[in-house]
Amino acid sequence: MTDQEALFEYLLRLGDSTLILGHRISEWCGHAPVLEEDIALANTALDLIGQTQMWLGLAAEVEGAGRSADELAMLRDVWDFRNLLLVEQPNGDFGQTMMRQCLFDAFHIELLTALSQSDDNRIAGISAKALKEVTYHLDRSSETVIGLGDGTEESHRRMQAALDLLWPYVGEMVTPDAVDTAMHAAGIAPDLTALRARFDTRIDAILTDATLVKPDSTYAQTGGKTGFRHSEHLGHLLTQMQWLQRAYPGAAW
Amino acid sequence: MYAQMITSEATQDDPEKLTTFQARIDSGEKIEPKDWMPEGYRKTLIRQIGQHAHSEIVGQLPEGNWITRAPTLERKAILLAKVQDEAGHGLYLYGAAETLGVSRDELTEMLLDGRMKYSSIFNYPTLTWADMGAVGLLVDGAAIMNQVPLQRTSYGPYSRAMIRICKEESFHQRQGYHIMMKMAQGTTAQKKMAQDALNRFWYPSLMMFGPSDKDSVHSAQSMAWKIKMNTNDELRQKFVDQTVPQAEFLGLTVPDKTLRWNEDKGGYDFAEPDWSEFFDVIKGNGPCNTERLAARNKAWDDGAWVRDGLMAHAAKKRAAKLAAE
Ligand SMILES: [Fe+2]
Ligand SMILES: [Fe+2]
Repeated sequence: MTDQEALFEYLLRLGDSTLILGHRISEWCGHAPVLEEDIALANTALDLIGQTQMWLGLAAEVEGAGRSADELAMLRDVWDFRNLLLVEQPNGDFGQTMMRQCLFDAFHIELLTALSQSDDNRIAGISAKALKEVTYHLDRSSETVIGLGDGTEESHRRMQAALDLLWPYVGEMVTPDAVDTAMHAAGIAPDLTALRARFDTRIDAILTDATLVKPDSTYAQTGGKTGFRHSEHLGHLLTQMQWLQRAYPGAAW
Repeated sequence: MYAQMITSEATQDDPEKLTTFQARIDSGEKIEPKDWMPEGYRKTLIRQIGQHAHSEIVGQLPEGNWITRAPTLERKAILLAKVQDEAGHGLYLYGAAETLGVSRDELTEMLLDGRMKYSSIFNYPTLTWADMGAVGLLVDGAAIMNQVPLQRTSYGPYSRAMIRICKEESFHQRQGYHIMMKMAQGTTAQKKMAQDALNRFWYPSLMMFGPSDKDSVHSAQSMAWKIKMNTNDELRQKFVDQTVPQAEFLGLTVPDKTLRWNEDKGGYDFAEPDWSEFFDVIKGNGPCNTERLAARNKAWDDGAWVRDGLMAHAAKKRAAKLAAE
């Protein structure tokens, strides 16, 4: 893999993860448990779609094949997506959605903090902008996880179940592979092993306040960010998201 | 409109107080929550603002239906922002209603069990992407007709909510127009979609203003109180006069063979919608009444554990804070 190819892969990871998570959250629109939550979820989805436009825009530029961010989003199939497995998991109940969000946000904030110091100015610029938004996302998701974890018996039970369900998808975020290592060596991306320690500190503090127990397993599902093996859920999401572009090829909207 | 067929409440208050109250309204003063107001004024406002708020909330559903299928990243972002605005409008309006002594939860329960209504327009399905254009162009267009004059309504909190809402509504109408324009200038299939959307939404949009109320006592009372600023027919006429040229500019045909410019009145003559359909929809027999209410009920019921959990946590925190003091 050339540096250019690795950079393209890496940018897809960033843009696909924000795209798929933004899409997932947007599924809540009009159906959230409280009006304020509905607005906050839409806000988070909006931020993530905005970040997607920047990441995939840059990916398209780096690829240099004349594709646009929209074409990358709407005309690739499952095996070409490079998002984390965590973000393609279904919404489940509101607790599961917020647990997924919190786990991702705690990783995302550390990643963007590091990336805003990237040697690549374009990446540093996008990251600095996104970091402001993600700081708010984590405030909100951690507060909700804590509130529901340490709420009623039922809310506690549901949040623990959500954590247990999603925990196997945490490892993939913070375990480096060949692309991560190449990007770190090139001064573009951080060392994920060091980042993992900071992620753990954050998550441990949140889970303690939430009175939730971190699962005693380090088993990690993988295959999202490499594209080797996504979950069955991604295909259904793409079927919906890409439908208009697929059904009416070449139309402008 | 978002508030349709609001019957005003009779008032049995002290005639002297009523005269002073009416004089305040006539002189353009704003009535504030702490001021004395006739019971009928208060009750009518609760019904009207409540119905308006419910419309914003239920109104998220037909457009929310297309967020996950928006054709580009930009369209997805715009539609999300628009639907989020509508939720915000609901919030402002529930806030205004609360100043009249009714809680948001009480109003919500009344929506969910069918005691309160929302606008008939949101009981129609959105079937193609062009419907996002038609909804913006027609539904938000019609809403603006009603909401702009309501900025001058006599009740302070309602008026201020309307001022905030109106700032956002013009963007809603514009994005709808832009979607329609893209489609009308697009492929044959897109043009067909745009015309089909206009065909389906034209008459339901005219119904948004409600049947003629020029002889209605309720409307006369509401207009005297300045909680209704124009008759339904006036607003409908204005809406048609504004929208027909826009549709023509887009190369679309308004589905009304009787539509004609009337030089004498300086407006269009147009066909009335089928009012029996309107009353059916109001009664709960519209194409989507069942789904819309089911969706709101499901959101509320599924969210109960979340609201309880967050409240329990807040109570624990308060208790801990008290204990520490
Ligand atoms: Fe609105
Ligand atoms: Fe609107």
